Amino acid sequence: MDVTFLLNGETVELESAPTRTLLDWLREDRGLCGTKEGCNEGDCGACTVIVSDDQGTKALNACILFLPQLHGKAVRTVEGISGPEGQLHPVQEAMVTHHGSQCGFCTPGFVASMAAGHLNGRTDHDDVLAGNLCRCTGYAPIIRAAKAVETVPVPDWMAHDTPKVTPQPYAPESLDQLAAWYAAIPDATLIAGATDVGLWVTKQLRDLRKVAFLNRCAELRQIDIGDQDLHIGAAVTMTEALTVIREYHPSYAELIRRYGSEQVRNAATIGGNIANGSPIGDNPPALIALEATLHLRKGDVTRDIPIEDFFIDYGKQDRAPGELVTGVTLPNSAPALRCYKISKRFDQDISALCGCFNVTIAEGIVQTARIAFGGMAGIPHRAQAVEAALIGQAWTIETIRQAADRFAKDYTPLSDMRASADYRLTTAQNLLHRYFADLSGQATNVLEVTS
Amino acid sequence: MSVAKPLPHDAARLHVTGAARYVDDLPTPSNTLHLAFGMSEVAKGRITTMNLAEVKSAPGVVAVLTADDLPFANDVSPSIHDEPLLSDGTIHYLGQPVFVVVAETHLQARKAVRLAKITYAEETPILTIEEALAADSRFEEGPRIWAKGDVDQALSTAPHRIEGTINMGGQEHFYLEGQAALALPQEGGDMVVHSSTQHPTEIQHKVADALGMPMHAVRCEIRRMGGGFGGKESQGNALAVACAVAARATGRPCKMRYDRDDDMMITGKRHDFRIDYVVGFDDQGHLLGVDFTQITRCGWAQDLSLPVADRAMLHADNAYHLPAARITSHRLKTNTQSATAFRGFGGPQGVLGIERVMDHIAATLGLDPVVLRQRNYYAAMGGGGLSAPRAARPPEDISGQKKDYASDASDPLSGATEPDRKVDLDPPPQITPYKMPVTDFILHEMTEDLLKRSDYANRRKAVTDWNGEQPILKKGIAFSPVKFGISFTLTHLNQAGALVHVYQDGSVHMNHGGTEMGQGLFQKVAQVAAHRFGIDVSQVKITATDTGKVPNTSATAASSGSDLNGMAVANACDIIRDRIATCLAELHQTKTENIRFEDGHVHIGTEQITFAEAAATTYQNRVSLSATGFYKTPGLQWDRVKGEGTPFFYFAQGAAVTEVVIDTLTGENRILRTDILHDAGASLNPAIDIGQIEGGYVQGAGWLTTEELVWDKTGRLRTHAPSTYKIPACSDRPDIFNVALWDAPNPAQTIYRSKAVGEPPFMLGISAFLALSDAVSACGPNYPDLQAPATAEEVLNAVHRARG
Repeated sequence: MDVTFLLNGETVELESAPTRTLLDWLREDRGLCGTKEGCNEGDCGACTVIVSDDQGTKALNACILFLPQLHGKAVRTVEGISGPEGQLHPVQEAMVTHHGSQCGFCTPGFVASMAAGHLNGRTDHDDVLAGNLCRCTGYAPIIRAAKAVETVPVPDWMAHDTPKVTPQPYAPESLDQLAAWYAAIPDATLIAGATDVGLWVTKQLRDLRKVAFLNRCAELRQIDIGDQDLHIGAAVTMTEALTVIREYHPSYAELIRRYGSEQVRNAATIGGNIANGSPIGDNPPALIALEATLHLRKGDVTRDIPIEDFFIDYGKQDRAPGELVTGVTLPNSAPALRCYKISKRFDQDISALCGCFNVTIAEGIVQTARIAFGGMAGIPHRAQAVEAALIGQAWTIETIRQAADRFAKDYTPLSDMRASADYRLTTAQNLLHRYFADLSGQATNVLEVTS
Repeated sequence: MSVAKPLPHDAARLHVTGAARYVDDLPTPSNTLHLAFGMSEVAKGRITTMNLAEVKSAPGVVAVLTADDLPFANDVSPSIHDEPLLSDGTIHYLGQPVFVVVAETHLQARKAVRLAKITYAEETPILTIEEALAADSRFEEGPRIWAKGDVDQALSTAPHRIEGTINMGGQEHFYLEGQAALALPQEGGDMVVHSSTQHPTEIQHKVADALGMPMHAVRCEIRRMGGGFGGKESQGNALAVACAVAARATGRPCKMRYDRDDDMMITGKRHDFRIDYVVGFDDQGHLLGVDFTQITRCGWAQDLSLPVADRAMLHADNAYHLPAARITSHRLKTNTQSATAFRGFGGPQGVLGIERVMDHIAATLGLDPVVLRQRNYYAAMGGGGLSAPRAARPPEDISGQKKDYASDASDPLSGATEPDRKVDLDPPPQITPYKMPVTDFILHEMTEDLLKRSDYANRRKAVTDWNGEQPILKKGIAFSPVKFGISFTLTHLNQAGALVHVYQDGSVHMNHGGTEMGQGLFQKVAQVAAHRFGIDVSQVKITATDTGKVPNTSATAASSGSDLNGMAVANACDIIRDRIATCLAELHQTKTENIRFEDGHVHIGTEQITFAEAAATTYQNRVSLSATGFYKTPGLQWDRVKGEGTPFFYFAQGAAVTEVVIDTLTGENRILRTDILHDAGASLNPAIDIGQIEGGYVQGAGWLTTEELVWDKTGRLRTHAPSTYKIPACSDRPDIFNVALWDAPNPAQTIYRSKAVGEPPFMLGISAFLALSDAVSACGPNYPDLQAPATAEEVLNAVHRARG
């Protein structure tokens, strides 16, 4: 595949295998060894680089970023974060003076994330750096460094251009093109952010030969805000989705804030998170609780289904060969929606369970109830027995207690390395109690407590 | 001068620009080959057939080696030769290397590995403590038992007696740089090995044995590791040996780095422990007797498990005087990864045992846990002198005080070989369960200071009040101290060498046996060298650790790096300095006492010349400007079988107060505030020491909270990547994180009276665990019996236990 991008300001034109990662290419072919491999699965951030295009500048994990995804973009590695005369970038300078590096192996990745955050004026450092693991410092000096440069101007050398490129067949620019291509080659793999498919390559060592990249397909990247609902294109990244969802569904937005990490959200797409059918994806429970509609297309044929119907069984979705997810539509108001993600670690962790509640109450009586969980079954799934036990009942603690017992009818969760079956079931029940307390204004969130 | 300054890490600028090279970043010859291990898919059994035909014919594969192809020793064990590089047909754990692929690229090697067809005669693996105890599967002939006083008598007559158990999980090192090695074949069969290792001499030794060569034929070099934490003390052997053997077989350079999943599946981790305790105490909570049974899973090979388990026993007292104690230690052999060194080396597990006992007694008597701890502390260091409480100073204030120390007539480098301990014999010092007098105990003063700094009393009340108003969320606050013994318990390891050259332009080339893994050792030692010569630290070139320069080194471990290597380098510098002084004294017809080295100059009476001029003059007068230095820790003697002696040169101490909040519906929890006061002696570099403390604390808290290793019933580790194994992330550090140094010189005669700081602060993370237990206690009348790691799930379980 012919790929053209800027690397630290220089134009690179190359012929790439479909799944050659940026990290391997930087280290093995270009001899740029500042970018490190820590985990090769996008969980540690040691390989973080800065990627810019007309949408802006963001941090991405180079280990699960395929070269064809960079077509038309500008890449800046740690080597290009220093100035042309070798001047340190303010974040580099601050990392030195605040003792932000010890072993130094995670440092280039931190520097890349920090420089991207600095460029974008970010001060939510814990979120900016949630995808960068450090085992030496305990993070305190790194945060001191990040805070120290908040108001320091961005160096002029961080300005970027993007190269003018010609469209490539592997990255269709229109949905018609893409849909036709995929209908014709239904055994191909569609790659959006590659935060999941990347691991097929780096961990499962699969050879993907027939692939198409979605990131240049403008129609899939659209967000439409209507009077009643929001339409989010399948290739909208979670970062972009977060921006809009924050306006309409703050609790769902808080879930997305903890979804993966900055680098993962910058790559991962909402469509990918739905289409891969994972039982532990965080978007589906929220979207099911919101009664969202999923849009699919095969060739010229489109169809819309309730999103919950998409998930048929573990590893099985209502998607025909050659059919692709094009987007999702959700209501733009659901004031009672609450999303609770439970994981071993708050940030950058896959949910042990993720429960989303959307109950409407009028005059003390439950009118509607949509409750959906991830991590409790082979697919994201509604708790219909619980919902039934709530609807028409008085919204009281007694009702909650009785309804909570019904979770055992809805779910028979598994034990795995994230949590035991007992914990999952008990916590699902307790989350209904949390929802009740939360709606009544009680303190329920440890993240909001201070010393 | 250079010592005591909070200078940045020597490589900081290289780190932040990506220019710092790690093993995998070294430029390699174009014909370099890449290795990957094929690993066992079962935990125990015999290989019945191994079909590697497809592996051999896979793209890029140059060679495939099995145990039969190894020319000499098939052994990468650091201890008793029970660890074959490649399986000899017997399988000991799931993940054990069985064969090694040598291919043109890293990815080709990894892909080829998966084409192997191996069948096994599976046997039932021994995975758990219970299974190993039932099968009497253990290292050594039986449990090690050390005792002091009549424990049974003490327990039977004590007014109160409780018993309990604490389980604590292991811990993956998660060094960000995975294991890596590069072997470059030399003429005549010699081998140069670059290895990401804390123990270059052992790499040299194991490679030499594997090649059937004397050690002089192998040179091991390591500039830096991307984290070690003990995980690169012995676990790098396999990669270095595999690369060397493959390089010998192919005549080409060979490199190996583990993919992260392979790293976690193959390499050892921290030992998990179950500690059973029976403890007797009086109404005031004074300990009368304690009987500990420490049971640990060592995994399949002995590795470093005996000294790890010993150190757990050695820290069963932590900061507390145990009038009567028995410590029984079972070292179990299981079909899991070989548990290995990890920061603290068993110490944290031993400390957690007694801290749990303290927590349990406090809950039983309804006493404030801090008061209870203070009552049981060892007696304060006698004599007042060096033990007098001193306010910790901020880093920038330290240098002045340190300068005095460095130029003091009682300079620790003036040649004394015995420790300069002030021991007040009336009353006689209290002794540890291993019969070592505790003469340098400073936790009384440190505790009082920390309680004030952290506003403990008011915050404890505030926590109680807050909990009274909150039905769902509960806060907890806890204090814990650490007293950690400094020295290798294998006494002969307490030695170090150095090689220092002064060039005729006055620049200095410094080398020693320690390795840099991020802890700032090289910077600290360079500051020592600069200080000895009175020059700026920028004049001192820090170079890669190299077995060709300094031989017979000990692992950089046991927190001993700067204690040992700082002294060895100072010794080498002083030899050269004395030669320069002698030379200049003769030329200027004065006495050497009149010659001083400071401010980049050499002062000869009232004259002064630059250090560079002094070096040039010395060279021109045909005097050697190169010297080796050596140091051995004085005063150690230790009988590990009896459990008696003086295994430690001194104790490093510290204390922490941590406040947490838990959610009683989900068990989710987080740290809200941490205050630490830590004893680094007279710090060589306060910035680096504070970095060790902050990092150690967070790593220790991680061990006891989110970091959970899970094996399934077949013995497969299910948490073998950061997607499933959760070390603390950025937002997991305490919201408020106050760290101060207890800046008082070490009474033991260490380099500039500093103290080791690598491991001790790790144990301060225990305060986070105790704070979680405290928060859970607010949920109900029962003792929470919190187990580690206190994941959200475990906290929720404890909430249910507390409620009953």
